[in-house]
Amino acid sequence: MMMKADRQKIGEMIRKYGALAVLILLVAGNSLFTPNFLHINTLWNILLQAFTTIVISMGMTVVIATGGIDISVGSTMALSSIVFAKLLFVNESSFCLALVLALLAALVFGLFNGILIGVFKFQPIVATLILMISGRGIAQQFNDGVVISFYGNHYAELGTYRIGGVLPVQVVVIALVLLGTLFLVKKTVLGRFIQAVGDNEKASSLMGINTAAVLVGSYVMCALLAGGAAVLETLRVCSADPNNIGNAIELDCIAAVAIGGTSMSGGRAVVLGTLIGALVMQVITTMMNMNNIFYAYALVVKSAIIVIALYLQRRTTA
Amino acid sequence: MREMKTGENARNQWSKRLSGNGAYLALFLLIVAASAIYKDMFFSYTNLSNILRQSSMIGLISIGMTCVILTAGIDLSVGATVALAAVFAAKLSFAGFWPALLIPVAMGLGVGFVNGFVIEKMKIVPFIGTLAVQMAVRGIAYILTDIKSISVSKECTAFPLIGRGYLYGIPIPVIIFAVLAVVMIVISNSSSFGRSLYAIGGNEDAARMMGLKVQKNKIICYTITGGLSAMAGVILCSRLGAGQPVAGLGWEMDAVAAVAIGGTLLSGGVGGIGKTIAGVFIVGIIGNVINLQGTVNTYVQKIIMGAIVLAVIMIQKRTQKEEG
Repeated sequence: MMMKADRQKIGEMIRKYGALAVLILLVAGNSLFTPNFLHINTLWNILLQAFTTIVISMGMTVVIATGGIDISVGSTMALSSIVFAKLLFVNESSFCLALVLALLAALVFGLFNGILIGVFKFQPIVATLILMISGRGIAQQFNDGVVISFYGNHYAELGTYRIGGVLPVQVVVIALVLLGTLFLVKKTVLGRFIQAVGDNEKASSLMGINTAAVLVGSYVMCALLAGGAAVLETLRVCSADPNNIGNAIELDCIAAVAIGGTSMSGGRAVVLGTLIGALVMQVITTMMNMNNIFYAYALVVKSAIIVIALYLQRRTTA
Repeated sequence: MREMKTGENARNQWSKRLSGNGAYLALFLLIVAASAIYKDMFFSYTNLSNILRQSSMIGLISIGMTCVILTAGIDLSVGATVALAAVFAAKLSFAGFWPALLIPVAMGLGVGFVNGFVIEKMKIVPFIGTLAVQMAVRGIAYILTDIKSISVSKECTAFPLIGRGYLYGIPIPVIIFAVLAVVMIVISNSSSFGRSLYAIGGNEDAARMMGLKVQKNKIICYTITGGLSAMAGVILCSRLGAGQPVAGLGWEMDAVAAVAIGGTLLSGGVGGIGKTIAGVFIVGIIGNVINLQGTVNTYVQKIIMGAIVLAVIMIQKRTQKEEG
């Protein structure tokens, strides 16, 4: 009896802290073996590289907690990025107008996804497949597929701005989005509703939860985060490339969410787990880069980490 | 009263028959419209064989994807398998025709088996399991080639025929596609394995209780899909005369779209390979017509493709409601 209880406890520990343990092992190992790893710039570098993935993963966590999925976030990024850059640098409108319209474009995409899924009861993967295909086409058509570059423009400094000369603005954004999502999921009624809908949509509806509104809200949140992240990323890299920005980012985000311990069938959002999942993936990539290892090896290692992480979680929950 | 009822029944039956086979009707109308507008330009031997040849690779993948989706799964690794098979084929063309054809296909079957193993034995949801396999397979293709295109051996004169040759005036890839499609349609309609895919997708627990070998059949299903994807990779390599590690990027979603347009539900249990093939040709012909028309760019083509998926699912939704 004791042994069984112990085993269960260990299983519970692995499920809860497995991803964190992997992250700690990676950081510890790298601190020992990777030259210059223990430097504050490495941390900023990792967070800057993972910026879009982390921010969008927060929205993806919420969407997946509702039992859904959003594979259109890359296209949403492309649209917001090109709308923002075209308005600001080609049409020379004000910064605020460009930002608002870029976010509005993302909002429209989010509403489209949310209404198809919440109101018309489309399967999330098919519903968001539509904008995954069309959305990038719309973004490319918006500027005829031409990349807008703005090196040297004073707005570009916003993307590389460091608060107090140290803290990159992206890190602050990550912190705010993380805290906001944590608050939403843990402390608000809406957060409860989101997880209730993911757990059992019919029962939630019978309990009087407006499931359509919850679903629309979740997809809009995800799209807005994608749009916002795209604008800041566009400013950082000084170019809006609708053909490539956010390509396959939906897979990175979904993998981060899955590694973090959020169940793909919905019902539970593990926000901090998602952050850890995204960091694990990025640390692997950074580790390979800093050791001059061909990045394709990172793909193989990451896939192994995904499989191991999910296998451990699965065994203990069953 | 009775007459009204039979009338209503007949109408319901018709709408049901139409809705289930909407993809065939859409394909037929599309062909009629395209031939009416572009006449000989569309209905020429060259153009038609072009459409068929271009559709054959996505077609092969979509056949497998249909089986996987019928079981309520998904396979995101097919595009990467195309690339790895193409790289294998190019490298093995130096060893002769048969190794270049058969070993990549065997490799694809192996990748498919890994998918099935990860999903069924390790109990990882298909979306994440096959995503991990996709990353690994793509990574291996990059590592093997250093992300450089590998040329096919010039000595191996038979190999280019797989992708470029003709038999009785029919492109060989089209023959491969047609033969495998017929085989898979027969299997899915008439074998106990094929029927079990529908049962599993309809209700996996019920299928298990009925004594169906759910785990084994799902693993076979993913294995077949891997093999078909690798065959597409061999054809691609033969056509291009090179194995490209970056080939097949995003093809998994093209295949999923073809399956959805054909009318197979992504929730599993409903649909079929024949419908998917109609879906593949709908996509192929629309792409072709847009090319013939000449002024619509690829960006708008993407927008149109998404709109078609939307329209098709809308129609499916309506008919589902009528049934429910």
